Amino acid sequence: MNNPYLPQAYKILEIRKETAIDYTFKVAFQGNVIGGQFMEISIPGVGEAPISICNFDKTSLEMTIRRVGRLTDKIFNLQAGDSLFMRGPYGNGFDTNIFKNKDVAFIAGGTGLAPIRKTIDHFMTGIDETKILEVLVGFKSPSDRLFIDDLDRWSKFGNVTVTVDKGDDTWQGETGLITTHIGKLDLSNVKEKIAVVVGPPIMMKFTTLELIKNGFKEENIWVSFERKMSCGIGKCGHCKIDETYICLDGPVFNYIKAKTLID
Amino acid sequence: MGIHLSNIAFNDYLEKLSEKYRIFAPIVKEGKGKFAETNVVGYGEIKTLEEIEIDKKSYFSPKEIFYPIRETLFYFTDNKIEVPKFEEKPLVIFVRPCDLNGVRKLDTIFLRNGEAVDFYYKRRRDLVKFVMMECTEGFDTCFCVSMGSNEAHDYDAAIRFEDGSVSLKIVDDALMVENLDGQENIDFEPEFIKENKVKVNIPDVDKVTKETFNNEIWKEYTSRCIACGRCNTSCITCSCFTMQDVSLSDDNRIGERRRVWTGCHVNGFSDMAGGHSFRDKNGERMRFKTMHKINDFYKRFDEHMCVGCGRCDDVCPEYISFSKCINKLNEIVKEDSANE
Repeated sequence: MNNPYLPQAYKILEIRKETAIDYTFKVAFQGNVIGGQFMEISIPGVGEAPISICNFDKTSLEMTIRRVGRLTDKIFNLQAGDSLFMRGPYGNGFDTNIFKNKDVAFIAGGTGLAPIRKTIDHFMTGIDETKILEVLVGFKSPSDRLFIDDLDRWSKFGNVTVTVDKGDDTWQGETGLITTHIGKLDLSNVKEKIAVVVGPPIMMKFTTLELIKNGFKEENIWVSFERKMSCGIGKCGHCKIDETYICLDGPVFNYIKAKTLID
Repeated sequence: MGIHLSNIAFNDYLEKLSEKYRIFAPIVKEGKGKFAETNVVGYGEIKTLEEIEIDKKSYFSPKEIFYPIRETLFYFTDNKIEVPKFEEKPLVIFVRPCDLNGVRKLDTIFLRNGEAVDFYYKRRRDLVKFVMMECTEGFDTCFCVSMGSNEAHDYDAAIRFEDGSVSLKIVDDALMVENLDGQENIDFEPEFIKENKVKVNIPDVDKVTKETFNNEIWKEYTSRCIACGRCNTSCITCSCFTMQDVSLSDDNRIGERRRVWTGCHVNGFSDMAGGHSFRDKNGERMRFKTMHKINDFYKRFDEHMCVGCGRCDDVCPEYISFSKCINKLNEIVKEDSANE
């Protein structure tokens, strides 16, 4: 009988510093992955947690991890060449067919950019085409920005807006909450336009409301949820909201479904 | 088809059965009650019929026998992972019909929710045979009839306790033993309770709306519930667990990962690293549990989770009644749908 709880050791190939508290870990991995899925990563004896996959290819995957607790403290002590224990990938992920040949806006708040990074890249690099491709990302401050190189690179192919809640002396870009930038998106075909919104719960709540206010149709909005999980496979009960298990039925949901979920 | 056995002959049967099985039943645990010098009825291993507590409801459900409160998933030494060896004797568990129905709901979560089968649950569950104890009277807080779980038919054997004797129906041949003295063949079918003192009316799942979730009634429970989680741990159908990693050496080279029971009422159940949490108010947890037991589970699996055993009412230190909560909920759903 297959034991779904057993993690395997995978070698860390590279660690990239994104910010003072966010590092991207590149791990040797072979297997089928869909952008938006997550792994259960762990250090035996310390703990296990679900972490979004932000990038992958045939031989590796990457996860951007924020140092916020006991497990992630230990993970930040690891170095390239060390092992990280993982099982997965889990969850539904983003179906790229939804965005093909459509007018799309990817909207992320902070680390919410990680789970959609691969899907954005899929279209930015032209593996599939969209009609209009916009990326709107908000961070707390300039020093909290993630994937700076990707954001620069993407701005050559699509319309990329980076805004910070509060700038500093050197910041010359946009400021203000994400919701204040929704109206500046290309809304010429808003009834057909697709939006993906991922970020902290409060950001997702007000951003989706703002999108609807600006004419977006509910069925054209997609979100991704984050919850505490102990198993990732529908048993532990932590991520359940109503009859929905985020690990099995999500984490990606259409807004029509997402708006009915009451914690 | 069944057999009739004197208590002496039944004890002989249990003795023969115990060569192959460990036998569990509700028993009186002396001095283990919540107050000094009081007893509690819980599940324990038995050898004879006299040990079985027939006249009282067990305070805890039988789930702890095959879904342990704490279970090691694996040990690790450096980067080597090892699953604990499992060489347990098969189990016979005496249960009431409500609990037998409850086991099916546990099976649903562990074996059928999602594609993955829970390895640890299954390997223990496969060892269990259930002897259903006829239950025609029920207890003060039971509402199994309203939940449709007063009857169960997927037992391996059924038993009726009589004065000095028992009637037994053995369905699974694995529970047969050879050469029972004084065995008398009779027609025996277990009977079921037809009416409880407590009745609940469950709101129609189609009528439960967002307004139901946001109704004022949940606020009352914020001031009453103390989030002790007793309702979760005593419930036959509560299945939630959380991971617990333990390091057995200072350098973290040797240790184990366990899972332990938890529940939606318990503090920290939904807390994520980084500070986000959900259902911080205890009333929200009461709403979450209530909806899970009599609404959400049904939407996913076409039957309600709650079996109406009433243990949550028995164990609550704040005297919160789940059956009263269901009835209150039904009233507000009725009002809401009448107002539409």
